[in-house]
Amino acid sequence: MKPFPQRRYGLARNEGGEPGKGTPPRSLVLALVLACASLMVLDQSGSVLDPARRAVGEVVGPAQSFTAGAVRPFVELPEWFEDKDQMRGELASLEAENDQLRSQVRTTDLDRNRLAEFEGLTAAATDLGTALVPARVIGIGASQSFSATVTIDAGSSSGITPDLTVLNNDGLVGRVLRVTSTTATVLLVVDPDSAVGARVAADMELGFLTGRGDLGDEARLDLELVDQTVVPRERDVVVTWGSRNGDSPYLAGIPVGEVVSVYNSVRETSQRAVIDPFVDFAALDLVGVAVPSGTRSDRAVVEADGSLR
Amino acid sequence: MTGLSSVRVAFVALAAAVALVLQTTVFPHLAWHGVGPNVVLLVVVAAGLARGAHFGMVLGFGAGLLLDLAPPADHAAGRWALALLVVGHVAGRVRQDAPAGVGGALAAVAACSFLGSSLFTLTGLLLDPGAGVPDLLEVVLAGVVWDLVLAAFVVPVVMRGLTRLDPAALAT
Repeated sequence: MKPFPQRRYGLARNEGGEPGKGTPPRSLVLALVLACASLMVLDQSGSVLDPARRAVGEVVGPAQSFTAGAVRPFVELPEWFEDKDQMRGELASLEAENDQLRSQVRTTDLDRNRLAEFEGLTAAATDLGTALVPARVIGIGASQSFSATVTIDAGSSSGITPDLTVLNNDGLVGRVLRVTSTTATVLLVVDPDSAVGARVAADMELGFLTGRGDLGDEARLDLELVDQTVVPRERDVVVTWGSRNGDSPYLAGIPVGEVVSVYNSVRETSQRAVIDPFVDFAALDLVGVAVPSGTRSDRAVVEADGSLR
Repeated sequence: MTGLSSVRVAFVALAAAVALVLQTTVFPHLAWHGVGPNVVLLVVVAAGLARGAHFGMVLGFGAGLLLDLAPPADHAAGRWALALLVVGHVAGRVRQDAPAGVGGALAAVAACSFLGSSLFTLTGLLLDPGAGVPDLLEVVLAGVVWDLVLAAFVVPVVMRGLTRLDPAALAT
């Protein structure tokens, strides 16, 4: 068996010179492997490759947008067959209303605590001073990459910049990593690299949420509380801690998920709670990007008071 | 470079680009637990099988780089480039070692898919040793199954396209 391939290699080398034939020269193998290694080191150590990513995104983004638009009717086809037409419209509006009410209920604790804290100040600052740019998810990274990122069809021309908060009906989705003119890449909160400052709405305790990299039904987040004496209860709602003036990513008070179980880690001297996120990351479609109120955008923007601009 | 070989390069570049768009846009809707087929890897395997290790390796590097840089990728660039470079090389060697056939091609796809995903995971662990990877083997194996299913459609198309554009095949 052995000599046969050996002879073939010899032949291939004798034919030599023609690109695309036979085994590659050792120098080329070495050069390409070294190129890969240096790319990894470069990209790991800084943002040197961001222009390259942006350039590729500018080209690939419109193609993704177009394809996503083309397959959307087929993706939604099964739903269309399941329900009768009028009922679907009714159901969708009821669901939206339900989600809205539910998210109000989830944050009541937080609002009550906040109101108490801010009593005496001029206003309870109900307006966060933000508007929402609506966008659709057009590309999803595969689980094989072990990172949870998606592409949305709104970019810098819609007023989107890196580090903005992305949310939907149900709660926090993630934050913008980088933008091209027509698309933006969003890091989902379930990504292992994602860390979100959070507070338990019921008792205002602070902590940090990290993702596990799972999407779908078993998507979970880990909450590590700063104060180790506090034990969160099950079904407690967790919202973002965030910053009021928006100098760090994530707005304050966006519902993230609820506590499903609590672990007490003696070794790490901290409480670790497992959070079930409200957002269904496997079926992510319409999202909103929170932009400062009055941002110039090439599409309709939902303003803080609910009006469309 | 002859005119024909630049046509061939254009063909695989187009195939890789189409595969990338399909992989990020269409297949996530069909994905099982977020695991979908790696269409770009299939194009690289097919090119390696049709044209040999040299061609497969260079294409693997280019296509991998595209996969690394195109949104929504966020991992360190060069990881898929390295994985697909090896995949292209291995697929090319398979072409020389074993007679081409449906069974041989499928075995090559399965082996290359496993190899590619594993290499990608390993470089990730090397770069970021602290990162916990959930259900590693499950994800890789599910990817292999997906790739086998899709190979039936992708590999023959790419291989036939490359053979049509092969000057040697045209001469005979």
